[in-house]
Amino acid sequence: MTRLAFLWDTFLQLLAGVPVTLSLVAVSVALGGLLALALTGIRRASRLGEWAVSAYVFALRGSPLLIQIFLIYYGFGQIGWIRSSFLWPFLREPWWCAITALALNTAAYQAEVLRGGLNAVPKGAVEAARVCGMGRAMAFRRIVLPIAIRQALPAYTSEVVIMVKATSLASIITLFEITGIAHSIVSETFRAFEVLSIAGLIYLAINFTLTRAFRRLEIRLTPQSRGRPTDRPVSKA
Amino acid sequence: MDGLVAYFTLIGFGPTGWGVPLLRAATMTVAVSLAAFGVGIVFGVFGCWAKLSKSVVAQSAAAVYTTVLRGVPDLLVIYLLYFGGSQAIGAIARTFGHQGFFGLNGFVVGMMAVGIISGAYQTEVLRGAYLAIPKGELEAARVASMGRLLMLRRIIAPQTLRFALPGMGNVWQLILKESALISVVGLIEIMNQTRLAVGRTGAAFSFYITGAILFLVITTFSGAAFRRAEAWAMRGMAGRVRQ
Repeated sequence: MTRLAFLWDTFLQLLAGVPVTLSLVAVSVALGGLLALALTGIRRASRLGEWAVSAYVFALRGSPLLIQIFLIYYGFGQIGWIRSSFLWPFLREPWWCAITALALNTAAYQAEVLRGGLNAVPKGAVEAARVCGMGRAMAFRRIVLPIAIRQALPAYTSEVVIMVKATSLASIITLFEITGIAHSIVSETFRAFEVLSIAGLIYLAINFTLTRAFRRLEIRLTPQSRGRPTDRPVSKA
Repeated sequence: MDGLVAYFTLIGFGPTGWGVPLLRAATMTVAVSLAAFGVGIVFGVFGCWAKLSKSVVAQSAAAVYTTVLRGVPDLLVIYLLYFGGSQAIGAIARTFGHQGFFGLNGFVVGMMAVGIISGAYQTEVLRGAYLAIPKGELEAARVASMGRLLMLRRIIAPQTLRFALPGMGNVWQLILKESALISVVGLIEIMNQTRLAVGRTGAAFSFYITGAILFLVITTFSGAAFRRAEAWAMRGMAGRVRQ
């Protein structure tokens, strides 16, 4: 096989891992996001809740993701009640283990991102909403959350990029996403430079696209930063 | 209760305990992280210098470096250095008539890989810190007729370090956690030692939770050390108005 044909063939093989990588990212970021919202709710509910969530965030941000994946994939099998529970059919599968670990991990980081966003909400905006007769829940849904999400979006973007990179660890528990496929091609062909560079380029392309998409979303969500309509060039018609 | 006793016998320092290997592995984690931190600072200083230089070539090289290393999974970089490195050494060796696969030293590969990755983050930290130095101080130093090296040593380096310390603390935490990935190239650090212990005893949950706790202890203590260093570096700066 010529060198070019090998590169093309490798590229096609690695491309088959892209859906796996992307679905790992999408599912875990979505689940982690829901969990982060729940954590934020618990954190705001009571003193004890705040303490518990801080402990959770500390433990998941302070230890490596790889050890968290191993703890779930290999460790949970050691515990009797997990083995006999309804969760076991899921936690036996590497895919669900990877999803669980990634989601629990990103939830801790997203909870911090969300906290930063919530702290940036001006007190006056909340007070104005309450004065208008909005209840706490409605003020949170209509005023606080939108402002917080807008504030948190740049940090959220980098969290998603970090998650794209983090999914590569799923290859260690036998999932064939991009890195897993690359590793198996390298161990068959010993052509590490070529194979791993192509894999790297695919990751860069994914992250570049994601960053651009989030940037567009950010511009859409912050109309006030685009300037008033009169600032724009007026059409002749 | 029996469970707890069994657990502490397993990870303890008794004849059947894994305490000594685990502590040795923790020392290895700290050692390889420190080495990687050093490599990262060297790459960070060069990256920062290139980003701030007037040369377009240096600027774009640094931009490619930080973009690529921050956009590609760390595991891929470690694999590239490990397998790519042995591929290159193998190619050199073949020209001298040697055959076979050349395994590289796990410590060196891990130190270099994590160092190069963290260098990309360190570049941004140092650049931000350099730009935070009030311009007036540099002008004053020049007016006081300091040479470039003297100015670097007396004004730029200490001030940059002061402003960079919080960011460097974050990079250090990142390195500590990334060092777990070095286990894939065979270095016996915490991650790998717990994996070996699990292979021998089957007690997966006990050992992986112990490994996670060891990491938490290291990150907590070093985090506290960085906060003390920050307080030390910022002494006499309270209430100063930043330009």
